Amino acid sequence: MQTTAPERRQITAVSRPSDKAFQGVVTAGALSAFVVLALIAGFLFLRSTEVFRTFGFDFITRSKWDAGSVEDARAPQFGVAAMLLGSIIVSTMAMIFALPFVMGTSLFLEYYISRRIRFVLVSILDLMAAIPSIIYGLWGYLVLMPYASHWAASINKYLGWIPIFAVDRENFDASPFVASLVLCLMILPIASSVTREVYSRAPQDQITAAYALGASRWGAIRAVVLPFGLSGLVGGMLLGLGRALGETIAVLLTLNLVFAVKFQVLASAGGNVASLIASRFGEAGPLELKALMAAGLVLFVLTLLVNFGASIIVGRASRSTK
Amino acid sequence: MTSTTSLVTPRRPWVNRRNVYKELIPTFGIAGALAVLIVNFTGLAGPLGSYVAFVAAYLTVSFLFGMRHDKIKAFDKVMTTLICAGFFTAFIPWVSILFTVFKRGASAIYWGYFTSDMSVTSGDDELNLGGLSHAIVGSGIILLIASLIAIPFGIITAIYITEIRGRFSGLVRIMIQSMSGVPSIVAGLFVFAILVSGRGFSAISGAVALSILMLPTVARTAEEVLKLVPEDLRTSALALGATQTATTFRIVLPAARAGLVTASMLGMARVAGETAPLIMTSFYSANFSTDTSGHPLASLPMYIYQNFSNGTDLALSRAWGGAAVLLTLIFIIFTIARLASGRAKG
Repeated sequence: MQTTAPERRQITAVSRPSDKAFQGVVTAGALSAFVVLALIAGFLFLRSTEVFRTFGFDFITRSKWDAGSVEDARAPQFGVAAMLLGSIIVSTMAMIFALPFVMGTSLFLEYYISRRIRFVLVSILDLMAAIPSIIYGLWGYLVLMPYASHWAASINKYLGWIPIFAVDRENFDASPFVASLVLCLMILPIASSVTREVYSRAPQDQITAAYALGASRWGAIRAVVLPFGLSGLVGGMLLGLGRALGETIAVLLTLNLVFAVKFQVLASAGGNVASLIASRFGEAGPLELKALMAAGLVLFVLTLLVNFGASIIVGRASRSTK
Repeated sequence: MTSTTSLVTPRRPWVNRRNVYKELIPTFGIAGALAVLIVNFTGLAGPLGSYVAFVAAYLTVSFLFGMRHDKIKAFDKVMTTLICAGFFTAFIPWVSILFTVFKRGASAIYWGYFTSDMSVTSGDDELNLGGLSHAIVGSGIILLIASLIAIPFGIITAIYITEIRGRFSGLVRIMIQSMSGVPSIVAGLFVFAILVSGRGFSAISGAVALSILMLPTVARTAEEVLKLVPEDLRTSALALGATQTATTFRIVLPAARAGLVTASMLGMARVAGETAPLIMTSFYSANFSTDTSGHPLASLPMYIYQNFSNGTDLALSRAWGGAAVLLTLIFIIFTIARLASGRAKG
């Protein structure tokens, strides 16, 4: 006797006209993000073509920013090299400062305290992420800067023979060091929430196995959690880097913008594309405005690339664990 | 009675046991005493110096305690101390921020602060003159308009991903992710290029800039929330003959109502303190106004920024006052979001 399973029925759903209309409207609405991104890139490009045509590749490689003047017959010249490099230096330093704290915070919240306390602390961390950047800037300038200048002076005193810690003039205020400390604080919540998320999915059986083999808590973390969560950590840090690159006001308040390529991170001179736009915007003439649009486009493309990389890494990290 | 399957509940060996405190308290005490000695006999001073001294002393003491057992235990204790120190050190600046904002902000705040504007007062006048009513109302107007734009689009995006599940779902999610990384200054430049240049600053343009920054937060939170709605509800509704439109509007959205409130509130909290895009869109005005187009409009972040740029002591006090008001506002929005999501779970 043979039983045959009935053939699987083919279900064909025919959408009603009202549903089709609904789907159309929602699809159109959902593509708004795509449209906005395309519009931003398009408009910034349109407004800055003249600058790119006039200055060509020099716009990226030169660091002189001069609106020119009619009286002295000086031709305007715009280049973002110093600012772009400054953005990268400040954000990278913020990454380096943040890394131990991101790891410490994520591991502490995930493996060192009970669930109930974790819930409270995570809520506080979320709340800290909501502090606006102008308040970070205000605090960074008025409260942190005196301390940070003092620290910078001691670093310079003892490690000044290393080129990046050297200074030409003994002024440590508003240096890339200060700005990156503020940025480090600002990216900590986002970076550690992503990292913690991935750390929390570390395979339970392997952790238990590590303990069974006599590992200490740190031993289990080093053998299981850290290798497992590496991609999450990298992704979280990259996401933070994207934030740091685009941060404007906090950096504007705590960094002294100087249009020259410099690697002295303790000196009171640095660069930042986003702050450049905010600081020059008020008194910019038509051509300079276009140059600022071009700088905005450069920043937009840079952050888009970083964020794209970050979301791919984070996405892969969370998919591989599900 | 036969027992069927007995599930082994996974143990969490890293959870603290009671006897931890037997070692914690002496370590704490000895390290504290050591720290006092260090502070008294070396260059370390002040609260920060004491903290550093304490952490260093604690590291040493916990290492020595661990060495009573073996090297592995000692190293484990050192790492535990480092990880805890990493966490607590990260909190010091935030405590300092909250403390400074409310302490220094308090000096600028008096009753008239919330009822008068800066039209006849300059930044460096005495602190019993002028106020920020214009900035609060301006921020409210800009946030309201931004929400009216961003919340519907954010929820529609979430509906597309969870309800329609069309073929662009992956693309839309990536776009939202990328959009959340758009620097606020770039959003400001963009809105300046399309709405402000040639027409002048206006509240509307500020709201458009903020809505660009708000949309991804709302969309992503709303997506999470709609995913929590049980699939059974949808299939039951469809089985009863409801159209997809009716299922979405009468079953799914009401079920996720509280969560959608959370999504909206988180979006508002995200942009309430944005300054950079407002510099180039709604700018600042010292007068009380509710005009949404054609004129610059004040907002709390711009009020802070203006007073900071002024730079005198009294203006800085005003900036701190504005910061205290702004932070309180954001915390209130945040609390509403949390309460709403708490109710959604309960």
